[in-house]
Amino acid sequence: MSLTKIVVNCETGITEEVELTAEEIAELEAARTQALADREAAEAEAARIEALKVSAKAKLVSGEKLTAEEASLLIG
Amino acid sequence: MDCRFDFCFVRGECVVFQTLIASATVGAGGATSMSFTSIPQTFTDLMLVVSARSALAATVSGQYLRFNGDGANNYTWVAVFGDGSTASSAASSFGFIGNGVGASATTSVFGNAQIYIPNYTNSALKYWSSELVGENNGSTSEIRLLTGLWNNTAAINQISVNFENQGSNTVQFSTAYLYGILKGTGGATAS
Repeated sequence: MSLTKIVVNCETGITEEVELTAEEIAELEAARTQALADREAAEAEAARIEALKVSAKAKLVSGEKLTAEEASLLIG
Repeated sequence: MDCRFDFCFVRGECVVFQTLIASATVGAGGATSMSFTSIPQTFTDLMLVVSARSALAATVSGQYLRFNGDGANNYTWVAVFGDGSTASSAASSFGFIGNGVGASATTSVFGNAQIYIPNYTNSALKYWSSELVGENNGSTSEIRLLTGLWNNTAAINQISVNFENQGSNTVQFSTAYLYGILKGTGGATAS
């Protein structure tokens, strides 16, 4: 299946479904790779923060010393 | 006074005209982006209203714009989202709008975005503000308020919108409407 984009010329009012050029496809592939990496990094960071919150809560309950990052997560 | 468009009458004067410049609808098979080219330079501001869904296999999917086809790392933004206090910022070769709806969200729901681009023809750096609301029938979703800077002084004559930096298709029935805004008494262009 070919990759296309919708292009509306505001001057003429003509709408075209245009196939991507080789250069645009290369950019798109790079963007997909980067987007996937960014998403994975964001999800990993979110999981790390969540684990820190759980750890901080457990330490508070048990009276253990919190790390600076854990404390910051709790009180900002 | 002949006021044919929206937002006309304020104390009897036409102070703002809002005119539909063009619209785009994605057909069967989806598209990588929706673009408006040859944008008339006769308005003061632009407003882009987008209803869209991404083909990405996720609940949310990042939605982006690009001006004049500029693919350099010239877009920066800051946003608040979710609980209203968490902030984020970044720089990219695309301008972030917010997190829209992905393929794992409730079937047939679309995210809604409104992007405002003031003074798009002048020689200063260009800004945009956006609000984007995803929908997911009450479960995971997001609203994001954002302001962005395009580090370029050129007049904007082209805008494209996409998902995941064009990394995911925009699905069928997604739409984009581009409006021109005229400010000033009587609808005159005013910066």
